[in-house]
Amino acid sequence: MKRIDRTLLVLILPLAILMAAGPFLPQWVLFLVTLSIGKGFVVLGLMLLLRTGLVSFGQGLFYCLGAYAAGALGKVLGISDVFLLLVSGAAAAALLAYILGFLVAQYRDIFFAMLSMAFSMILYGLLVKTAALGSSDGFNVPVPTLFGAKLVEASTRYMVFAVACAATILVALGVHWYQKTTLGSLSPAIKDNELRVEYMGASVRHAIHVKFVIAAALAGLGGALTGMTVGHIDPEMAYWTTSGEFVFVTILSGTGSVVAPFLGSLIFETIRSYAYEYSPNTWQMVLGASMLLVIVFLPLGMWSIFTARRKRA
Amino acid sequence: MIELLSTVVDGIIYSSWLFIVAVGLTLIYGVMKILNIAHGSLYALGAYMAASLAGYWLAHGYPPLGSYGMLALSAVLVGLVMGPLIERGLLRFMYGKDEVVLLLATYSVFLILEDAIKLIWGVDSLSIAEPYGMLGSVDFAGLTYPVYSVLLLAISAVVGVALAWVLQRTRQGKLLIAVIHDSEMSAVMGIRVPRFYLVTFTVGAMLAAVGGAFTAPMVSVVPGMGVEVIVLAFAVAVIGGLGSLKGAALGALMVGLVRSAAVHFLPQVELFSIYLVMVLVLLFRPKGLFSSAEARKI
Amino acid sequence: MMQKRSGSGRILFVAFATVLIAVGFTLSAHAADQKPIKIGIVSFLSGPPAGPFGVPARNGAEILAEALNEGGKVPGYGTKGLGGAPIEVVYIDEAGGTTKQVTEYRNLVQRQDVDLVIGYISSGDTLAIAPVAEGLKKLTVFFDSGTPRIFEDASYKYVFRTGSHSTMDSVGAALYVTEMKPNIKKYAGINQNYAWGQDSWSDFEAAMKILAPKAKAVTSQMTKLMSGQFGAEISVLLSSGAEVIHSSFWGGDTESFVLQAAPRGLFKKSTVVLTCGEHIMYRLGNQIPDGTVLGGKGTVGIFAPNTELNRWFQKAYTARYDVPPTYPSYRMVQAVLGVKAAYEKAMAANKGMTPTQDQVIASFEHLSFDTPSGIVEMGLGKGHQAVTGISYGTTKVVKGKLTITNIKTYPKEKVNPPEGVLSKDWIESGFKRTK
Repeated sequence: MKRIDRTLLVLILPLAILMAAGPFLPQWVLFLVTLSIGKGFVVLGLMLLLRTGLVSFGQGLFYCLGAYAAGALGKVLGISDVFLLLVSGAAAAALLAYILGFLVAQYRDIFFAMLSMAFSMILYGLLVKTAALGSSDGFNVPVPTLFGAKLVEASTRYMVFAVACAATILVALGVHWYQKTTLGSLSPAIKDNELRVEYMGASVRHAIHVKFVIAAALAGLGGALTGMTVGHIDPEMAYWTTSGEFVFVTILSGTGSVVAPFLGSLIFETIRSYAYEYSPNTWQMVLGASMLLVIVFLPLGMWSIFTARRKRA
Repeated sequence: MIELLSTVVDGIIYSSWLFIVAVGLTLIYGVMKILNIAHGSLYALGAYMAASLAGYWLAHGYPPLGSYGMLALSAVLVGLVMGPLIERGLLRFMYGKDEVVLLLATYSVFLILEDAIKLIWGVDSLSIAEPYGMLGSVDFAGLTYPVYSVLLLAISAVVGVALAWVLQRTRQGKLLIAVIHDSEMSAVMGIRVPRFYLVTFTVGAMLAAVGGAFTAPMVSVVPGMGVEVIVLAFAVAVIGGLGSLKGAALGALMVGLVRSAAVHFLPQVELFSIYLVMVLVLLFRPKGLFSSAEARKI
Repeated sequence: MMQKRSGSGRILFVAFATVLIAVGFTLSAHAADQKPIKIGIVSFLSGPPAGPFGVPARNGAEILAEALNEGGKVPGYGTKGLGGAPIEVVYIDEAGGTTKQVTEYRNLVQRQDVDLVIGYISSGDTLAIAPVAEGLKKLTVFFDSGTPRIFEDASYKYVFRTGSHSTMDSVGAALYVTEMKPNIKKYAGINQNYAWGQDSWSDFEAAMKILAPKAKAVTSQMTKLMSGQFGAEISVLLSSGAEVIHSSFWGGDTESFVLQAAPRGLFKKSTVVLTCGEHIMYRLGNQIPDGTVLGGKGTVGIFAPNTELNRWFQKAYTARYDVPPTYPSYRMVQAVLGVKAAYEKAMAANKGMTPTQDQVIASFEHLSFDTPSGIVEMGLGKGHQAVTGISYGTTKVVKGKLTITNIKTYPKEKVNPPEGVLSKDWIESGFKRTK
């Protein structure tokens, strides 16, 4: 990589500043940002799919699987290393996506969405039926450790936060690089006209399969990160409403940039958190109305605020 | 043998309910290509309105049979008010945008309506059980079934036949089919497309409310009752092929029978029976049971 | 073609959305008094559990906090607020799942800086919150939630639960049923397909195996939460020939089940045991068929002792909210009074000075305190988990009004495991009190 794109700088700089400022920030801010990064990973995966014209209503499948893989590692094998948990979450999700991909990559539009949703609901049903994993109550994920060192509560929060920031930078660079590859740059073409892509000699199915696996790995990573941040996981993560919320944040963020999903999740989580606090009886109404405003005025997502300004400048 | 018979009867009763609940969704999608998440809220609104109106009717000592009229009236009211409000007030500004954006708009409406219902009716459950028990019950295959189930079956048949008749036999129906195939061309030919959209959305909203209104007597009307219905309606519509009336009927029947069989013989899988059906159907018919062929774009 | 930009439409739309946001915020603006002890109260304010559980619990907290702040109103708890300091309450909605609840809990503690948190109805939420509370070192009192796992799988310093766990409900139901029908041959269950329903059924089945070894479970129906349609399940139960049907349904599901099963004669054919039937009895009233067994997850409501404290609570609650209090309200009051008792005991030990959190915790452990539902004893989980007795009764409509007959109350030792024994093992051991 000779030159790092400007949008990447927009991501890396604040993250670096946040990492440095982390120890001085209130704990709840660290938590909110870490959680938003976790969800941001899932949304980033969905954004990649959306650029190809695909919407998944079942990304909760991989989000939940990643969380359970990380959780089970701690519960069964007693492993709590932060890196191992994250990697195992992403790997488990990617593996399942690789297998399901042979089937799912043939589907488009609403059928892709509903098939993926059906799979995530089946996982939900299986987990609810599994008493050993706590059924619908789920189970607690052990406090993550760093290279075997167990830290106190406050330092753990900062450690997970710093690891999340670092992971974000790595992932953003990776995705950015991927989009420059031939396979990655096919996305808009597939969205516009699959047949033409095939005539050009590229395999649409292969391109979608790869993308599906990448999106799943990101969702698994996000699930593992969310699981260890919250400290508890349950089958609700695979429920269709969870997946629906991710799609929601994806559209809200816009597909303009790798940075958008993280910013979008942060804004979404913040709005929701304050709506809960100041409007405990009507937070759904506040949330719904805020989103309508975004859809109507920023049809390309919140990211378009930045791009529009840049164009004007 | 008797167990098998009651499985089928239970399945058909459930299917008729599913069909009423899902048909409005598939109609709106078929014409407007909008996956209407607010469908669940409209269903809930129908139920709440029915509980209020029929409750008022019965509390004032009017003839009990009239409460069925109140159920129907509440569905019509909800459809006539909410349909135009959502379509004219919001959706029309978004036509031509991505399907997902429209879907999210309806999701926002869903969130707002959920709280609006709570503000109007509170969080306590309502119940309006009289119309359910009033018709008495019949014995069949050694089991007792309420006559109300037969009424539901009749309503779903009437709804299905009426929609099919309008679409296939009337001039407006034929024009609507033209709109479905190519709305721009239809507009050029002088068809007032916006009006068709308005009417379709209103009828779809009304059908959602019919589902809720006629479910109200057999359940407790509670906040959040619409959420489960959304995904059920989606599943039925997708299995049948989105936008297909026949498909919705057959999809409802399949899901109903499979679920009933699961309850009778294998209660463990009831939780995901509907999704298994969906995966299996999509495996062999990637666009649902009845899907219209799409023009190939090059 | 339809993308015509309508300027006025947009402006109207913005106005509309802005108004909605404003309405949302103002409708729930809470009284911002300047009060020293700030308690976060978390309970369902939206979604299906709000009506049956969340709001009655919230109301219980509201009425009690107001009465305590006035001082001298609550029999047996004469001092104002908590040891003289007024109580300030912050309400949070429990809806939205564990991830959101952990976020909101952290916000309550770290952003809103509450002094303690009382809340949580969902077992999943309590399991998720407990380790977080421990990490943040914040006194947290669970007022409800069923699962015994909290203090059986782990032990906590900062976490308390002032209501009995769900083992009591199932064991009490099995005792009542076997006393009523000593020669029972067949029983069945219909429960919701999630942890609460599954645990309730498996505890009931285990207890039945001990109490009526010859009886057989003929079918166990597990329905999707809030599915509302029970036609096929009722058919199966009708043809199963079960004498007793166990159900831990709550809220809307219970009501829908009664509405659909009664006309089909299920309640005539079998004795239906609704382990949490008490909280729907005022809603359904005489629609509940005669002979239905109702439980209230404790000695609450209609089963509560006739004490001055209970009479005050019944009267005050009914006067304010037009319905009598049900079990969630009682459980919330147990939590608030538990905190008050512990706080004031710690204060007395501290020579009347404001106690530290650690002192409150120390006096809360193994505490016994009086509540409208009788004495609550923090007898399990190293003094962090309450044990209470439980009552069951049978419905009978007299002159158009629902009454409860044949009430039996089981003392706490009979329906709760002893300290250090897992609920499951205790049932399977044949309810042994000693190891």
